[in-house]
Amino acid sequence: MNLAQLGSRDFLKAVRPFVGLFMVLLLFAMDAELRSLFFKGGNFKTILTQTVIVAIGAMGMTLVIVSGGIDLSAGSLVALCSVVTAKLIEHGHGLAAVLALTVLVGGLAGLANGGIIAAFRMMPFIVTLGMMGIARGISKWLADNQTVNPEVPLESVNSLMDKSQSPLTFFPLPDGVWLALGLAVVMTVVLRSSVFGRYVFAIGSNEDTARLCGIRVNANKIAIYALAGAFFGLAGVMQFSRLTQGDPSVAIGLELQIIAAVVIGGASLSGGAGSIPGSVIGAFMMACLANGSSIKDWPNYMQEIIIGVVIILAVGMDKVEPMLQRFIRRGK
Amino acid sequence: MAKETESSPLRLRIRGVAKRFGPTVALGGVSLEVAPGEVHALIGENGAGKSTLMKVLSGAHQPDAGSLLLDGQPFKPSDPLHARNSGVAMIYQELNLAPDLSVEENMLLGTEPQTMGWLRRGERRRLAKRALEEIGQPDLPLDAPVRSLTIAQQQLVEIARALVGEPRVLIMDEPTSSLTRLDTENLFAVIERMSQRGVSVIYISHFLEECQRVASRFTVLRDGRSVGSGAMAGASLDEIIQLMVGRTVDEIYPHTSRAIGEPVLELRGVAGLVKPSRVDLTLRAGEIVGLFGLVGAGRTETLRAVFGLDRLAKGSVSVFSHEATRSTPAKRLANGVGLLSEDRKEEGLLLGRSIADNLTLTRLGPVTRLGIVNSSAQAAAAGKWMDRLDVKALDAAQPVGELSGGNQQKIALGRLLHHEANILLLDEPTRGIDVGSKAQIYRLMNDLAGRGKAVIFVSSYLPELLGVCDRIGVMCRGELSEVRPVADWSESAIIRAAVGQTETGEAAA
Repeated sequence: MNLAQLGSRDFLKAVRPFVGLFMVLLLFAMDAELRSLFFKGGNFKTILTQTVIVAIGAMGMTLVIVSGGIDLSAGSLVALCSVVTAKLIEHGHGLAAVLALTVLVGGLAGLANGGIIAAFRMMPFIVTLGMMGIARGISKWLADNQTVNPEVPLESVNSLMDKSQSPLTFFPLPDGVWLALGLAVVMTVVLRSSVFGRYVFAIGSNEDTARLCGIRVNANKIAIYALAGAFFGLAGVMQFSRLTQGDPSVAIGLELQIIAAVVIGGASLSGGAGSIPGSVIGAFMMACLANGSSIKDWPNYMQEIIIGVVIILAVGMDKVEPMLQRFIRRGK
Repeated sequence: MAKETESSPLRLRIRGVAKRFGPTVALGGVSLEVAPGEVHALIGENGAGKSTLMKVLSGAHQPDAGSLLLDGQPFKPSDPLHARNSGVAMIYQELNLAPDLSVEENMLLGTEPQTMGWLRRGERRRLAKRALEEIGQPDLPLDAPVRSLTIAQQQLVEIARALVGEPRVLIMDEPTSSLTRLDTENLFAVIERMSQRGVSVIYISHFLEECQRVASRFTVLRDGRSVGSGAMAGASLDEIIQLMVGRTVDEIYPHTSRAIGEPVLELRGVAGLVKPSRVDLTLRAGEIVGLFGLVGAGRTETLRAVFGLDRLAKGSVSVFSHEATRSTPAKRLANGVGLLSEDRKEEGLLLGRSIADNLTLTRLGPVTRLGIVNSSAQAAAAGKWMDRLDVKALDAAQPVGELSGGNQQKIALGRLLHHEANILLLDEPTRGIDVGSKAQIYRLMNDLAGRGKAVIFVSSYLPELLGVCDRIGVMCRGELSEVRPVADWSESAIIRAAVGQTETGEAAA
């Protein structure tokens, strides 16, 4: 699909997150200190690695939000799955088994979310709020309320997020970054062009219409939440790799960062709008802001304020955009 | 009466009013004259400028040119409150009531009698009662929350609210669009009462028959201009339609000869959980069967139950001679049954999605390879239907929500065509759309039947049912009457069947 086919309104939507990112980078480039320290290959490797967890979570969350739902259990599931990863490594499993089983655990939790939402027509907010508590509780139980440090480390898992090889150059990138990029490409095609993706948009735009058009709304919803859970599971493996330990109290509030990335990326919380590239760029932009702030030695609270402002600005663009579109159309 | 109108000065006189929005001319010269106590019908297709004109009158827009005179005085409303205080009140198509407040509170909202910020309760009650008496509805419960009233009662509250301000001109925008026939009769009585008290009423409606009944004079708008006006008594329906669409209406209801074939849909004793209670119907290939009934008679529920959207409690359904009682929309669509929802905004369409997505959603197969939708093939398929149905839009990627009502309805119908449905269940397909689009939809239905498709056509508008259908059945309180050929029905027989053949007053419940 080329840009000419997209038309002006889709084009604006598609480039919006990139414009936001460009503006952040432009601001950074105006500062001498950031110019010398931020724009370095090694630093971008760090930022990309720091983006991976939120970005993978955001891919799952994008499906959920585009379908008109929300998943608050993301952070807890990441913590749970980081503990599950640690336990599996303790049991001596290899990389493939660790990945598959952890993703399965996340997927099953998501399946429970979707099943309850579909079967009882409950609000996703409530169901996943409950799952948020349940998953957090189970992870603490499983880990005996402390961090889990496998005695024999599994190098292949640890290296997923290891950015310490040749720290001054961009390449080689850690495996986790490549995995996230690959998934982003696949999920972009799935959401934008697959029949399943069209159904996700249809359900999020108007569930009644989707039902009228013969879309099996319940089955699709269950699939959406299960798939999202699987992504949170994978993010849990990355979380383990980053700390090289399973931590049941990690990733508190991560779900809100993930939701922020998705929203900055152009999704609407009322459903029917959003994109994978947007969400990933949203996650990358937040990592850039955090990284820049720490280079500038700004205190943590400063970062929080800045990211808060960016979220409001990003969503505020929703209101400005229709005016821009009208302007462009008039020019045609 | 006529003499009085001639000798007394005009209540409202609009001359050469124009209004532009950027490059679009919404009003290009409208003139309108209304006498005191006159009911004046304002007629025009969607987009003809009716609502812009009303917004100018109610102060929401300022005109670029032209003059308004109210009782001989220049009238330049700066905002809706100003217009209301000057005696021009407007009742909008969508009800503007606060559902949790009581009838009385709603009626006096914004004009509460007060002394330094404190409400004067006795005065409030007196004003509210007087307004209800004026519309002949003293029985409406003043303390009940508006939420607990029927739509028709809510509308009466809205009219009473307008009367509290003692208006000289009352503007009503499509007041009957959500009313049953009996409530409509009630409303007409109220309008007549107001007219006798000297209130001038400007009545906007798509239903020409209604305008003929209630109004004494009319003005037709087309493309932002007033193209004709006169006495209702002297004008025929065809003349008015001709003014509206700007061309002669030789054939609004085409009816080519059709070959009626095998039964394709058979309903035996079909009942839903609440409605319908009993429906027997055999629909044949190449046939259009009309379902008439009052609002709430169970027509929509019948279609929904047949389509698998609502559960069936009793009865059996066969599709193409195969027993298929329990079903889902997905299975029905797979068997070639399609439903057009009565509510295209809430249920029928994905307003935020593109025309292409909306047209092809039920049958993505032809534009999909290996699970991936080919966007250009999808746009091409959509473009074909857009041409065929004469849809006015920028391109297939435009969101459906940006289109006019008539074009939206064509997209919703186009989806059934793209799906190649053989049995079409159409629920109020012409509701709230302009005359031109209606005529196209009638032609389309005729073509479909001619090609052997079977159509169930639910409508509350009797003339179109009589014009389009082969057979008509009437629903009343969940039951379907015998379905008879159109020639065997008279208009009055249909209406008697719809109200259950009792006295009209009794059937109001």
